[in-house]
Amino acid sequence: MAINAVEVQEVSKRFRLYHEKYTSLKEKVIHIGRTPYEDLWAVNDVSFDVKEGETVGILGRNGSGKSTLLKCICGVLQPTSGQVVVRGQLAGLLELGAGFQQDLSGRENIYLNGSMLGMSKKDVDRVFDDIVEFAELEQFIDNQVKFYSSGMYVRLGFAGAVNGDPDVLVIDEVLAVGDERFQRKCMDRIRLFQSQGRTILFVSHSPDQVRAICNRAVVLSGGQMIGLGPPGEAVRLFRETLLEAGDTLTISEHDAPPDTPPEAGAPPLEYGNGSTGSPIVVAPVDSRPVRITAVTARHPGTGERNYLLTGEPITVRVEFEASSATNGVVFVLEMRDTTASMLLRTDTDQLDAHYDVPEGPGAVEFSFDSIPFLDGEYDLVVGIQSKLGGVQYDWQEPAAQFEVMNPGKAVGFISIPHQVAMVSVASDAR
Amino acid sequence: MASKASASSTPVASPPGPPPPPAPPEPPQRVADLSPMAEEFPDGTGGREHREKITRVVSAHINVRARLLEIWRSRELLVYLVRTEIKVKYKNSVLGLVWSMIAPAMTLAVYTVVFGVFLKNGIPNFVIFLFSGLLLWNFFQTGVIAATGVVVNNAGLVKKVSFPREILALAAIGSAGVFLFFQICVMAIFMVVVSNAPAWGLMWLLVVAFIPCVVLSAALALLLASVNVYLRDTQHLIEVLVGAAWFWACPIVYSYQGTVAAKLSKHGLTWLFFLNPMTPLVMTFQRVLYAKTGLVRLTTVTHPKEQLLPSWGPLTYVWADAAVLGLGVVLFFIGMNVFGRLAGNFAEEL
Repeated sequence: MAINAVEVQEVSKRFRLYHEKYTSLKEKVIHIGRTPYEDLWAVNDVSFDVKEGETVGILGRNGSGKSTLLKCICGVLQPTSGQVVVRGQLAGLLELGAGFQQDLSGRENIYLNGSMLGMSKKDVDRVFDDIVEFAELEQFIDNQVKFYSSGMYVRLGFAGAVNGDPDVLVIDEVLAVGDERFQRKCMDRIRLFQSQGRTILFVSHSPDQVRAICNRAVVLSGGQMIGLGPPGEAVRLFRETLLEAGDTLTISEHDAPPDTPPEAGAPPLEYGNGSTGSPIVVAPVDSRPVRITAVTARHPGTGERNYLLTGEPITVRVEFEASSATNGVVFVLEMRDTTASMLLRTDTDQLDAHYDVPEGPGAVEFSFDSIPFLDGEYDLVVGIQSKLGGVQYDWQEPAAQFEVMNPGKAVGFISIPHQVAMVSVASDAR
Repeated sequence: MASKASASSTPVASPPGPPPPPAPPEPPQRVADLSPMAEEFPDGTGGREHREKITRVVSAHINVRARLLEIWRSRELLVYLVRTEIKVKYKNSVLGLVWSMIAPAMTLAVYTVVFGVFLKNGIPNFVIFLFSGLLLWNFFQTGVIAATGVVVNNAGLVKKVSFPREILALAAIGSAGVFLFFQICVMAIFMVVVSNAPAWGLMWLLVVAFIPCVVLSAALALLLASVNVYLRDTQHLIEVLVGAAWFWACPIVYSYQGTVAAKLSKHGLTWLFFLNPMTPLVMTFQRVLYAKTGLVRLTTVTHPKEQLLPSWGPLTYVWADAAVLGLGVVLFFIGMNVFGRLAGNFAEEL
């Protein structure tokens, strides 16, 4: 049914890391044939398809090859092997305002930038006013771009790209620009693009953004695609890779690697669809000093009910197992609704509770006197991290669920106690 | 190709932040689209369904034909880049574009004084002879030298924005062409002032010589711009080679017929002189603009009479220029090939 808008076919990209770079003729002749270099495969045999109208996120920690892959898709870099097929006009937002000429005015730059995105002058004429309005630069449009503030600069860059008529939009972590209101405007525009059936490829450091707008997400690690699937699962896998990074950090910090042998019996996680070959799966990491063993949500006083009523208390119990005594452990608890919007995030550090855990099992309990939510199912996300938050020992999402039923008639998300009374206007006016 | 009607008619729950822009008159095909978004954003889905979609392949192996097609699609960008370069060059100057006329005018004035008063060589209107060759040479030299550094100088663009990189090199030739136009204007005014008529009947030969010059410049531009990314010496080497050596290999300051023809034929080296592809092109310009083919009476005693231009018929010029065109086309395809091979790693080398 749906046509592929972007086909990434066995794309690999090799960078040669020269220990010394010789660019002049003399140096090249002197060092001919013996330039020391290392091969770095920034992207290694990645294949996936993006269907028309789909929004696909790309997740991965720093150095996982996200940006390289995106540059290959945009055509800024050529893959060493493999190819990318793009159907339709592609607009790449690798860096906002990258094509701007400092000495030209905003107006002239809109036209220049438009032609770089493959628009004709007529196309730009048509959307010119929209661009200026979107960037909120009506007053400054005839000023030279070099006098713009950095905010104005990126606003113009974003406005120029999204007000065009691209079939495929590629966005590389550029949404963190401008004030909150402008960011919301950008997100709204992206949603509009989705509703118009345009294809979006989206790289973000924020798993929340990916969860909020993507249909699917690709997870990269060390240049390889380790997963492709629904955003929730991809985010979970992404967290796994982050945990892996956290572990190496922990080991170097404590200078004594906990020598737990990796368990062979753990079932491998499998994400991805059949068409993309067999993605390599991150091995479960078993060397974490503190791991979550169980998370339960209890609601005392609900009796036989497996849900609670609005306003009833809940207790979340996090059971953990420490493979070695660890100081300064912080437990994090998040509540999310079904659209993955975060409703609450709390941690033991915030609550002024300092925990040094001894080796062996243990448990902490978060108690809530009253849950104000109205109807709905809620996910609990639980994490364990170091005191300063730099090292994540474990992270589970969703770790548990609970359901709330609203006995009253109020509609919405939360219950806020309130009264109503008729007041006399005459007695109020003086 | 692909219809997006079903996707576009899906209404969105939350309307976007900005208030709707004043709606321009909508083309009739959008009337049927009842999506609130399409109404709010006239640039939206309405027109999209009818547009033909271009398929683009990013790979290490793209043939020359596909890349020529991409360049053709980006021709508007070429125009913008040329305009940008000229605008930027004279930005914030009071006289602006007039400077591009003042520069050649000053050169002409100085030459007139120098060769008319101090360095009298006795050749009538020698400045016209000199400038007719210089016109074409300046186009070639500025174009090729600017193009050599163009990819390196636009590193920011090459690393972040996707467009056929060949356009950058071609734009350098394009802006050299614009400056050629201004120089021709100045030259025309000067010729009226000194009342020196060109060979009117042979004006078409200017085009015959200009086209090979464009192709040749573009070929060298592609070749040198891409090589320079990997070997930064190229830029300096080319400045010396083209600016000094190649320039003097062309009969611009001296005349072929009057200065070197006899000596060359004595040693049987005429062919070597004409291996330089710029020579026939420059001589064609001189033939048309200077237009004096016969003996000119010199005022000096040592060379009482001299012939500055060979007494070739127009067809000889056409054949010579056509040969250069052939060479240019071959070089252009070599240039495209080399550029295509090297362009893949531009972004990481810069």
